[in-house]
Amino acid sequence: MNNPAPSTRPPAIQIDDLTVAYNYKPVLWDIDLTIPEGVLMAIVGPNGAGKSTLIKSILGIIKPIAGSVQVFGKPYKKQVDKVAYVPQKGSVDWDFPTVALDVVMMGTYGGLGWIKRPGQKEKKRALEALEKVGMLSFRDRQISQLSGGQQQRIFLARALVQDAAIYLMDEPFQGVDATTERAIVNILKELRQSGKTLVVVHHDLQTVPEYFDWVTFLNVKSIASGPIRDIFNDDNLTKTYGINYKVATKG
Amino acid sequence: MELSDFFTNYTLRTITLGTAILGAICGMLGSFAVLRKQSLLGDAISHAALPGIALAFLFTGVKKQEILLLGALVSGLVGAFWIRSIVKHTRLKSDTALGLILSLFFGFGMLLLTYIQKLPNANQAGLDKYLFGQAATLVESDVWLMAGATGVSLLVLLLFWKELKLLLFDADYTQTLGFNTRFLDILITSFIVIAIVLGLQTVGVVLMSAMLLAPAAAARQWTNKLSTMIFLASVFGALAGVFGTAISASYDNLSTGPVIVLVAAVIVLVSFVFSPERGLLFREIRFRRNRKDLNRKKTLTFMYHIASDHADISHPHAIRILNNFQGYTRKTLNQLAERELIRIEGDQWAMTPKGYEEAATLYDQTPDPV
Repeated sequence: MNNPAPSTRPPAIQIDDLTVAYNYKPVLWDIDLTIPEGVLMAIVGPNGAGKSTLIKSILGIIKPIAGSVQVFGKPYKKQVDKVAYVPQKGSVDWDFPTVALDVVMMGTYGGLGWIKRPGQKEKKRALEALEKVGMLSFRDRQISQLSGGQQQRIFLARALVQDAAIYLMDEPFQGVDATTERAIVNILKELRQSGKTLVVVHHDLQTVPEYFDWVTFLNVKSIASGPIRDIFNDDNLTKTYGINYKVATKG
Repeated sequence: MELSDFFTNYTLRTITLGTAILGAICGMLGSFAVLRKQSLLGDAISHAALPGIALAFLFTGVKKQEILLLGALVSGLVGAFWIRSIVKHTRLKSDTALGLILSLFFGFGMLLLTYIQKLPNANQAGLDKYLFGQAATLVESDVWLMAGATGVSLLVLLLFWKELKLLLFDADYTQTLGFNTRFLDILITSFIVIAIVLGLQTVGVVLMSAMLLAPAAAARQWTNKLSTMIFLASVFGALAGVFGTAISASYDNLSTGPVIVLVAAVIVLVSFVFSPERGLLFREIRFRRNRKDLNRKKTLTFMYHIASDHADISHPHAIRILNNFQGYTRKTLNQLAERELIRIEGDQWAMTPKGYEEAATLYDQTPDPV
């Protein structure tokens, strides 16, 4: 089910010896992780395991104490156009004076660069992304008047507009209903089919084998990383969550 | 002072123009402070500017406006970026950092002011006008300076509009798109400091933050669009300047700065009560209307259950049987009848086919389109 790129190409994301600490206690400790191109990967681990921190470190939002991150063989700064980020919904103030379409348009800003304003072409792309997440009819809605699931879809649409090769998503399923979850999963699978690489912080262990084809177990250290069918088992879950885990690992 | 003087009196015209421009630039830049949740930044910076004024006087010995404001600018910038670095490098939250810098700089500034007052130098008096401002001292060159600064900040705002908007909404995301958020942050903070320094002469250290916050807070009530909000905030600021000056000129000995701030406060109050979408008044009206609407729907649903037990849905029933249900009054029944959802004949009611259909689909929710 995986179709890894030819071995001559560097992996989508290569992390070496990454250590991050906010104060004295390390949040991430000596992480080595290779994320091959074209996988749909879940990052799982308990609260405080450093899942969001890992994503933010890849994006250069958080500066590590040690270690390096390479995106397709180069530092992130040189690859900003290849990576799209879906932050946690709660990371912004949704009472900001703007409408849904405007937020999605922000996804085009990176490609435009400094000063240049978005035009009709960018607007068309934003509208297409809105349609893809089923939010076209909400394009002029003030963002505070959207439900949590709708806000999450707006964030997803904003990332889709970037048309990146790698998508990093921080808990896109948090606080959304079953319909929205299904819609988001379908979009994720579609993206994977078109050759994109997706890294998703995920909390619901039950759905991991169903939604993803690759998984990384994280708890400050990287416990294991690989294809779901090889490593998604009670042994690794127990190592990550520290309690005896019995998740029925369906074949 | 007569109203006609207002247009002919050169001094008054200069002061009015000055306070109007000051209000406009403060409204514009204050919107950024408010949306970045840095409302108190203005307060901290304006207090931080005080020691700069005193030190500039101590070092140069002259009381030239430009020199004193340059001192205020330097000390305001030092304060602003000190706050930034405290938040970044320690575990203190921004409110603590703001409070620390505010009191530290203001305390030092007051200390210097009292020291200056004891100097055997006839030239020293009057520095304390920067505490509460003295609009009467505005001259034409001050107004030109303000107009120039407003022009430049407007230009920068238009040039970096897209980037600044992005930064205001989602700073982390701005960074991941490859924009230099530090540059943008320094840019916007510097302009806020400039606006504050320009206002010290007119409004003073203590009240300056109100000039930044009040127009922006009022403008937010009237619109859901960032550009409209910033435009409105500038207009509100300018109006506060004009009316504040006019009122204070019409009554003797009313200090202009505080009157401007009070006018701005009135604009805030009106906006908080009367704005159509976010205002308290219309929210209360909407709330009552919804409650009535809910009561009507409850009554209709109750009738629906009774009617659906009968073969003929329009079979009449006594109004009395609604008695064990509290959601109706004569008025709500009449309203339902007006909409042809029910018919009322004497003390009997009957459901119309239209009402039956409406009640059946009342709280059906179609799922979000996917």
